[in-house]
Amino acid sequence: MTTAEQTLDEILTLAAAHFKMPREKLHPDDDFFKTLGINSLQTLDLLTKLENHFRVELPDYELQGISDFRTLAGKIQARL
Amino acid sequence: MLVTKENKVPDAKADAKVVSRGDGSTLSWSVNDGVFELALHREPCNELGLASLVELEKFAEALYGMQAEAHALIIYSQMKPGFCAGADLRELYQRSQAMEKTEAAAGVRDFLERIHRVLNMIDASPLTTIAALHGVTFGGGFELALACDLMIADKMARFCFPELRLGLIPGFGGIPRLKRDLGNAVVRDLLLTGRSFNATKAQQIGLVSQVVGEGEALRAARATAMQLGKFDRATAAAAKKFIKPIPEEELRREIDLFCELFERPAVQAGLRKFVESTDALPYLP
Repeated sequence: MTTAEQTLDEILTLAAAHFKMPREKLHPDDDFFKTLGINSLQTLDLLTKLENHFRVELPDYELQGISDFRTLAGKIQARL
Repeated sequence: MLVTKENKVPDAKADAKVVSRGDGSTLSWSVNDGVFELALHREPCNELGLASLVELEKFAEALYGMQAEAHALIIYSQMKPGFCAGADLRELYQRSQAMEKTEAAAGVRDFLERIHRVLNMIDASPLTTIAALHGVTFGGGFELALACDLMIADKMARFCFPELRLGLIPGFGGIPRLKRDLGNAVVRDLLLTGRSFNATKAQQIGLVSQVVGEGEALRAARATAMQLGKFDRATAAAAKKFIKPIPEEELRREIDLFCELFERPAVQAGLRKFVESTDALPYLP
């Protein structure tokens, strides 16, 4: 079973690869909108990437107000 | 829109030689080997406003005029963010602000009547129609895809009906066409929650026929169109007419309901909120 820390690590790795950022520049408590410099359409891309990777559905209304990787990981972990 | 036609060979195999095309500021189309291709290319994500509508109308005329020479239509986007983000809400808001209330309402109804005519022509076309999808396929973009016979989506495609957030319902025929294709419980979920969902989910619920790798939707659509060309055109058209009736009465009722809702003050407030939003997720509920 995937642990919360593994989930978080996979999110950071995926986000870094998708937005072509060095992995070491991303941290669990970063505001991912600011760190990744992404707009709304790119955020949807990230959401789809995460759903495909973890094979979960993430209703977007559950993600409203979430802007850091750690909280996002918690939402995904709850659906694994 | 510039429309040109070259190399038309008037024999039984004419479709294999026809090369026609039309180029507009929001879309372009061409016909090759019996396959129409409609490419959407308006920045940022093919928002459907008046300019797009006028060019879609010209395309629909060309489609109608040349449908005997083709067997398939593929609709796709050349814009990176996705297939189509839906109606141009900024234009809708600005135009409605610049008009008297009754004039704005009449303008909305006219727009809806016209886009319904275009989508109904695509829906009822004797050609087999394929939407090749990637990225954002929201609102009116989703409705354009729903007018097609087949949806082929890459795994990064994402679908949504966000209209309730604005105090509206989908207005380009989305609900009747979704009801035609899916069970009512699924329709209620998608419409009433306004949540977005990915291509895998879209395939699971029966909307999307093929999910392909990132950037592969158009290639897969072309391969499918080539396969369709092996079948007798008249038989395919008869089968489609039998399988896929146009839900005309519900489409009319949808226009009426949309117009009724549009006149409420809450809609103008919702549009203003969208236009002025600095929210990172303005497309989402």
